[in-house]
Amino acid sequence: MATSTEAAGMIGATSPGSRRALIAILPLAILLYAVVPFILRGQPYWLNVMTNAAILSFGSLGVWVTFAIGRVNIAQGAFALLGGYTTAILSTVFGLSFWLCLPLSGVVAALVGTLIGWPLLRLRGIYFAMVTLSLTEAMRLLFLNTVTLHDGGGVLNIPRPAGIDTPLDFYLFAATLLLVGYLAVWRLAGSRIGWVFRSMRQNEELAMSIGINVARYRVFAFAFCSAMGGMAGACFASLQQNIYPATYTVTDSINFMLYCFLGGLDFVLGPIVGTFGLIIAFELLRSIQEYQALLYGALMILVMLFLPNGVLSLPSIIRRFWRSGR
Amino acid sequence: MSFLKVEGLTKRFGGLVAVNGVSFDVNQGEILSVIGPNGAGKSTLFKLIGSFMTPSAGRVLLDGAVISGLSPHKVARTGVVRTFQETTVFKEMTALQNVVVAHQLGHSAGPLGAFFASPAARADDRRSQENAEEILGYLGLGHVRDELARNLPHGYLRTLGIAIAMAASPRILLLDEPFAGMNPEETNRAVDMVEGIRRRGITVLLVEHDMRAVMRISDRIVVISFGSKIAEGTPAEIRDNPTVIEAYLGQDDETIGH
Ligand SMILES: Nc1ncnc2c1ncn2[C@@H]1O[C@H](COP(=O)(O)OP(=O)(O)OP(=O)(O)O)[C@@H](O)[C@H]1O
Ligand SMILES: [Mg+2]
Repeated sequence: MATSTEAAGMIGATSPGSRRALIAILPLAILLYAVVPFILRGQPYWLNVMTNAAILSFGSLGVWVTFAIGRVNIAQGAFALLGGYTTAILSTVFGLSFWLCLPLSGVVAALVGTLIGWPLLRLRGIYFAMVTLSLTEAMRLLFLNTVTLHDGGGVLNIPRPAGIDTPLDFYLFAATLLLVGYLAVWRLAGSRIGWVFRSMRQNEELAMSIGINVARYRVFAFAFCSAMGGMAGACFASLQQNIYPATYTVTDSINFMLYCFLGGLDFVLGPIVGTFGLIIAFELLRSIQEYQALLYGALMILVMLFLPNGVLSLPSIIRRFWRSGR
Repeated sequence: MSFLKVEGLTKRFGGLVAVNGVSFDVNQGEILSVIGPNGAGKSTLFKLIGSFMTPSAGRVLLDGAVISGLSPHKVARTGVVRTFQETTVFKEMTALQNVVVAHQLGHSAGPLGAFFASPAARADDRRSQENAEEILGYLGLGHVRDELARNLPHGYLRTLGIAIAMAASPRILLLDEPFAGMNPEETNRAVDMVEGIRRRGITVLLVEHDMRAVMRISDRIVVISFGSKIAEGTPAEIRDNPTVIEAYLGQDDETIGH
């Protein structure tokens, strides 16, 4: 766990901020802005897959933040649904621009996250995980029974974001959102706040004993996560131009969590690597139809067995293997 | 006015009265030990003082202000900081990171400043870093500062637990069996260390079973048995107190320092 690069470094903002930020983000930026569009030019289907992966990664980054405080959060689908409906209703009923709906969806999700998180975050381990799981289902039922714009609680004809017309436009927007999200979580994790999170994950009582307001930090982490889920949901609503109560189910919530696991919980890049890896694998396996689910499952089991700390722990494992081999 | 005042503290667990109307005062700058047989209620008493449990009755005052009923992190911020009976550190951090992260008070930058790595936040971090290095050096952990805590031997972990508490700027430090599991040599060093902490102006409240160490280090001793205070006095008074001897009856005479 502590073999991760960030944990080995110094605490907090001891770095001259902007240069290190650039180093952290430049490879990802080049990949997202140059490599992917170049390789996938003229392939709108795959560009769309990448757009989805980028937005899902943004949501997974949020879940990573709740992992950082030591909570398994299976509620991100609920907040994606909440953010999606916020944008759907604000843009269709009130005619608000997507560029206003997006931050508002984040705010609404953060507020609800705060209200729900305050009592729930007392729970730990499997208890917290189970409650968050049922939250996704509760949110689905809520929208199914309250939204009456269309049969089945759906909202249709959600406008596309102004100024975004082509698949490439939408991809670049999603990539930008992801980069901003990554930078934010990277900064959070490296700051004093990130170290407080780490201390809480390792021992909440000890954290309290040195004056850390554990309850408040917990809620903050959860609200931060929910905001990212809400914004991801808002983007999807606008991308797909519709939303239904079943747009996000328990499966989606579980997937958000799996993406983090598979990428690696010790790395801010983990959720991004995990999301892109699984989404791309899923698409590639599509050609073999009936075996898709089987292979997908086998793949996940293999990664979990041999890389329990995620795909990103591979370099350090290889390095150790290399050293012991000589 | 006494520094820390414990007034009629009581804790019931169902039918069991773990702490029963215990009162005593702690003077500024002293080392006060709480002793008693296993299960006497010492750790529970500490948890009550640190607000990690709510008392069934009674209260705790610091400088005349009631601190019982505050949440634990608030009590810690008033300067009442506890260590744990079971070795408790942040296992997946280095020794230095353990102590740096424990610097949660006196930051000049707020959360936003920390997020954007403002100059004030960077100054905070530098200060925490220097302070932590100083504390580790002072407690003799300087040479293991970059070791992961989970790789450190037991004796070091006990000391690291104290280093973490020291980083929280305690005015009164509650040490729950700091010498447990130490060999005589380690204990000697740890006793010197606790005396050094007191010389720094920090009041020390100590639970300990090692009677030799307790007799040597304490200014005063409070004895509890089955949750109730049965004696209070200087080490010499406690050693010769018949009630105390009786409470420890059946145990080796050695245990109360004869
Ligand atoms: N959370 C709890 N719930 C129920 N009973 C408890 C709880 N905590 C402690 N007790 C009981 O209260 C009594 C006092 O326990 P405590 O841990 O305070 O003793 P102690 O003096 O610290 O003992 P030791 O010297 O063994 O550490 C014991 O009988 C214990 O079983
Ligand atoms: Mg005890």
